[in-house]
Amino acid sequence: MTAQTEWLIKGLRPLGNDPVDLHVKDGVIAAIGQDLVLDNDIQTLDATGLVGLPGLVDLHTHLREPGREDAETIETGSRAAALGGYTAVHAMANTDPVADTAGVVEQVWNIGRHVGLVDVIPVGAVTTGLKGERLAELGAMADSAARVRVFSDDGICVGDPGLMRRALEYVKAFDGVIAQHAEDARLTGGAQMNEGVLSGKLGLAGWPSVAEESIIARDCLLAQHVGSRLHVCHVSTAGSVELIRWAKSKGINVTAEVTPHHLLLTEDLAESYDPVYKVNPPLRRGEDVDALREALRDGTIDIIATDHAPHAVEDKECEWAYARPGMVGLEQALSIAIMTLSDGNGAVDWESIARVTSIDPARIGQLTEHGQGLMTGAPASFVLVDPAQSQTVDPARLASKGRNTPYAGLELPGKVVATFLRGTPTVLDGKVTK
Amino acid sequence: MTHLLSAADLSPEQAVEVLDTAEQIENSLAGREIKKLPTLRGRTVVNLFYEDSTRTRISFELAAKRLSADVINFSAKGSSVTKGESLKDTALTLQAMGADAVVIRHSASGSPHRLAQWVEGSVVNAGDGTHEHPTQALLDAFTMRKRTGRGPGDDLAGLNVTIVGDVLHSRVARSNVLLLDTLGANVTLVAPPTLLPVGTESWPVKVSYDLDAALPKSDVVMMLRVQRERMNASFFPTEREYSRRYGLDMARVGALGPDAIVMHPGPMNRGMEIASDVADSARSTIVEQVANGVSVRMAVLYLLLGGKA
Ligand SMILES: [Zn+2]
Repeated sequence: MTAQTEWLIKGLRPLGNDPVDLHVKDGVIAAIGQDLVLDNDIQTLDATGLVGLPGLVDLHTHLREPGREDAETIETGSRAAALGGYTAVHAMANTDPVADTAGVVEQVWNIGRHVGLVDVIPVGAVTTGLKGERLAELGAMADSAARVRVFSDDGICVGDPGLMRRALEYVKAFDGVIAQHAEDARLTGGAQMNEGVLSGKLGLAGWPSVAEESIIARDCLLAQHVGSRLHVCHVSTAGSVELIRWAKSKGINVTAEVTPHHLLLTEDLAESYDPVYKVNPPLRRGEDVDALREALRDGTIDIIATDHAPHAVEDKECEWAYARPGMVGLEQALSIAIMTLSDGNGAVDWESIARVTSIDPARIGQLTEHGQGLMTGAPASFVLVDPAQSQTVDPARLASKGRNTPYAGLELPGKVVATFLRGTPTVLDGKVTK
Repeated sequence: MTHLLSAADLSPEQAVEVLDTAEQIENSLAGREIKKLPTLRGRTVVNLFYEDSTRTRISFELAAKRLSADVINFSAKGSSVTKGESLKDTALTLQAMGADAVVIRHSASGSPHRLAQWVEGSVVNAGDGTHEHPTQALLDAFTMRKRTGRGPGDDLAGLNVTIVGDVLHSRVARSNVLLLDTLGANVTLVAPPTLLPVGTESWPVKVSYDLDAALPKSDVVMMLRVQRERMNASFFPTEREYSRRYGLDMARVGALGPDAIVMHPGPMNRGMEIASDVADSARSTIVEQVANGVSVRMAVLYLLLGGKA
């Protein structure tokens, strides 16, 4: 274990509010106040002008270990996460071997703990081998050291309605949640991009909105029927937003996430045939982006989740049809949250940012040590952001092994200056501490 | 123009220029015993074929050779996947060998666009997935212009062209729609709704599900190849129902005007989308299209490479 350190952080603005000092001791926030005076020998950090947020929590990260360590490892993914302001990430189950047993989830959790830059929380597969045939040992994963609470076959939809019903029912025993990749595979065979005028023009098979919407509608009804908790991964269409809004108005226990790229980018980018823009679900139309932004602001969509999906260069530098879908996102997500949740005058809604990037993802994932806000007695897991700085994205300089960023060359607002995980800095001066 | 990736790359003037050049080339070769021009001597054209298509490859090969270019045939079918050599690696290899033009045929839409980002020479799209096949559209337009009594300098203004069949999966249809619109023709697409792409309402065409209604107004009927596996994917119920509703037989040909022509990009499914007696009739331009293909591809290579020599 790393030795606990004691810090005095001066002049930070919690959620953009008036400056305060923070005393960090024994892994928790020991005190918050104006002009705290402490012993001279403790480490001090001048945070004047910096905004303090609870450490970010990602409900949807692909770390590729075990199986594709050439694309990403738990360590490189953790570095990217820490630099992005994260203190916890949920590692998706579609690894090789699949995270569908207590053994694999404990392995992932252990490696994450050993790296020590973020809490790596494994997501357990819903079905054995992601095959969609029978339930994986959900209870054993929940009872394991990794304490899995989020289950997903992400990358693949749990298509069988009977199996989905059983999964939703079963996880009620340990307050789990099924995170569904909503895609009716029978409507998306061979799909390469959003179905519409542009897919027709480009000769790329289309992924129609209804393939996502029909599964969301079905799953909301199933969740209502069995009284369980459903989480919808990477919502991408205006129609999906309408369905989730309806389900919430009916009291159905559904939460939803949107990715940074679906909040910012549109299908037009596919016109370059550059597979860096190929992602699943695909980039949609401007109307969808507008609906997703509005839904995030009004709470219909609960959280931003990155769907960070690093790939080896050869899996992207090829023909569009052969390229693997996905983009990296951990290091840029906060910037895009800032862009999405700012008003026309540049005023940033930091409270909403904390809600959608930390508090609600931690709540959905049942993480008690994260997403608690900056309060006395809370775990000292937080991030210091300089809203006055920006970052120009250079794929070669990412901490992730993945170079597949759609933001290359873009100047994005905000910069993570420091990240603390239970009182220990994982990032200082914009650099990973170890 | 550096590349020919899409029929939409051509302005009306450029499209007419290609057709005029093809006609000039044809005239200058007419009556010659040795059908060869010295125009592209010393230039290297690579036929990079990731997908089998003997007729298209031979057509491009003949076109390049008749212009005295050195031709390399690179059949890469399956190799990008099985041997692990990527399209980019291949592109860099061709670059190093000094290819002046690469003619690419590929099953993945957009591959010629990717290739054009990695090589310095000209890239000609010889068919990419379900996207485009621009030289096919040019040879079709060339055939239409000749058969309807038009000549050098003419476009296809006012010509009524009906394209019938599997538009959804047809790169020939996509390129034809774009080029025919550029050249001023009126295009009607006829197909079952399942074989029309989403968004055709925004294309510069009319859409109909009724072949019999479209035929009397057609100067040109272009039948598209229908692949039998589409039936298994439920794009239509049975072959019999398809050919009843969308096949061209002699009875339907009777509804055409006296000068109307019948086209097909080949290879045909005789008895499916087109009846044998129709394919072999005097209205059919199918054999002519093949011959015109060589002239048009000579024109394209000449304009891409010769003009800059
Ligand atoms: Zn997914």
